[in-house]
Amino acid sequence: MSILLDASTTVVVQGITGREGSFHTEQMQAMGTRVVAGTSPGKGGTKHLGVPVFNTVADAVEATGANSSGIFVPPPFAPDAIMEAAAAGIKLIVCITEGVPIQDMIRVKDFLRGYPSARLLGANCPGLITPGVGKIGIIPQRLTLPGHVGLVSRSGTLTYEVGSALSASGIGQSTIVGIGGDPVLGLTFTDVIASFEKDPETTHLVVIGEIGGSDEERAAELLGRGTRLKTVAFISGRTAPEGKRMGHAGAIISGNRGTAKSKEEAFRKAGVAVAETTDQIVGMLK
Amino acid sequence: MKLLEYQAKEVLASLGIPIPPGKVARTPDEAAAACRELGPIAVKAQVPVGGRGKAGGIKLAKTPDEARAAAAQIIGMDIKGFKVPLVYCEAALEIEREIYLGFTVDRDARANILMLSAKGGMDIEQVAEESPDSIARLYPNPWRGPLDFELNQLVYKAELGPLARPLAGLIKKLYRAIPDLDAVTAEINPLVVTKTGELVAGDAKLEIDENAAYRHKDLEQRFGSMLEGDVYEVEAKKRGLTYVSLDGEIGIIGNGAGLCLSTLDLVQRAGGRAANFCDLGGGAKAEVVENALAVILMNPRVKGVLMNVFGGITRGDEVAKGLVTARDNLKMQLPLVVRLSGTKEEEGRKILKDNGIEPEGNAWAAAQKIVQLTRVTA
Repeated sequence: MSILLDASTTVVVQGITGREGSFHTEQMQAMGTRVVAGTSPGKGGTKHLGVPVFNTVADAVEATGANSSGIFVPPPFAPDAIMEAAAAGIKLIVCITEGVPIQDMIRVKDFLRGYPSARLLGANCPGLITPGVGKIGIIPQRLTLPGHVGLVSRSGTLTYEVGSALSASGIGQSTIVGIGGDPVLGLTFTDVIASFEKDPETTHLVVIGEIGGSDEERAAELLGRGTRLKTVAFISGRTAPEGKRMGHAGAIISGNRGTAKSKEEAFRKAGVAVAETTDQIVGMLK
Repeated sequence: MKLLEYQAKEVLASLGIPIPPGKVARTPDEAAAACRELGPIAVKAQVPVGGRGKAGGIKLAKTPDEARAAAAQIIGMDIKGFKVPLVYCEAALEIEREIYLGFTVDRDARANILMLSAKGGMDIEQVAEESPDSIARLYPNPWRGPLDFELNQLVYKAELGPLARPLAGLIKKLYRAIPDLDAVTAEINPLVVTKTGELVAGDAKLEIDENAAYRHKDLEQRFGSMLEGDVYEVEAKKRGLTYVSLDGEIGIIGNGAGLCLSTLDLVQRAGGRAANFCDLGGGAKAEVVENALAVILMNPRVKGVLMNVFGGITRGDEVAKGLVTARDNLKMQLPLVVRLSGTKEEEGRKILKDNGIEPEGNAWAAAQKIVQLTRVTA
């Protein structure tokens, strides 16, 4: 039916009383996501949006059994929030916060090695959505449609754009996962693609990558070893000049690695169809 | 934030790393004075990019007259798009050998990597390609940093055993730039061993993570204003925009880095060239759009503007309002093409139409349209 998020997913929202946390909790609730708890230090014992608020994630997990978390706290507090969730036994941690320092994320990644069953999505990502079931993060529900295409992307807006084009053509999605564009992040393309591979309800795959790093190349390698998913890949940034950093996307090109060309070639070599514009993706899936 | 060499060296010195005596010169006369004081010097262009030596940005000067001539040549020179604002005059070193030492983020490993090589002074990427085994590598634990025995192993692996003690000590000092200053790159190449056996930083590269700027306001204050770069990028930064100058003639506004990148690609596919990358970010309000258009129109090369917005959290009506206001306030005469979809697209498109802007149905059509319009007016 989906990956990472299904009917058994129960969510604690870290930073539920903040502006972003409140707004997106309502959006998550509106599509039926089981938001069972929130945290906000000092506000434990109160209720917000009909949800019990706790001082710590550990308290929230003990009282409600939440197995997933969505993090909407400012950058200085996000790294600790991720580690707190892992230590409390949360299995899927989705960090939406944009602008987390790289060195903090490197320490977080090291910390998470001690919690092998905890999976982190992000930071600086739009989260994930299983259409018709629920979401953690900020992907707008109305752009999605339940179905069988797995969509994984490094870019937020391109995820919305492609998701909405698919839905408008009547092509539904099993789960849409925005992994985020930071240089040091949680789940990667390969992790997510491996999950889609195991999901019987997912028959097609769309991979939206961008310049920088070599996660797309690794994804291509994985797909090249054999896949049952009919796949289309798209890479943005073919015309970005070398050595220029475009936004907080972590889209940096260095040497020959990480260019749009090397990524597209890697996918083609693996037998994966490569779309040259996002408009072509829908047609190529059919 | 990429520091200039002299700034990076100031920081290294504060970490206890030896640097040669040096002086900043903004004029040829100041360079001559520096030479009188320091003796033979290297006159070095101060730009936040590599490869300045090959571009003629470093000259040796034995006398004040030579220093004056060298500075006159280098100041104002264009190195990879950066106009050299000043030179750093540094006492020439008596070099015995050159070592490479650098920390950077290995994004594939999601960790910091420390690299040490006896083959210093060269482009490390070239060394990595030609003789990867000559670079010793260490991934220090990010919580406790490199341990003594790890550094000892590293130094012996790099065949720099005789220097083990002073080198390990210096590496530990350089490492402080990571936890204390949020450096994402801290590199000394060459690390010079002088004829008298001392270790001195011959060059220095230091890049501080922009996301961590809130922890290092002091650095930003000391060095930020000195980083004279592209005028439009400087102005955009003041206005809090994510903006990168490019060399084409079509101004680009988009929301989200991925969408912006793909918009640049579409413009090129349609036969045009983008003048910039400008990301409004998520949830942009009208004011942000106004700032973006204002910065783009500062550039006289711009012949037209393409705005490509797909609203997820961003609201189409906000963006449309901002665009119309900005166009009117700035009395914009150039062609303006807009693609606006997603949240509140109906409301946004209506605002555009009511103000004489006919929105395009999709990004590809919009890219073709702006390329065509800018050709006609060219």
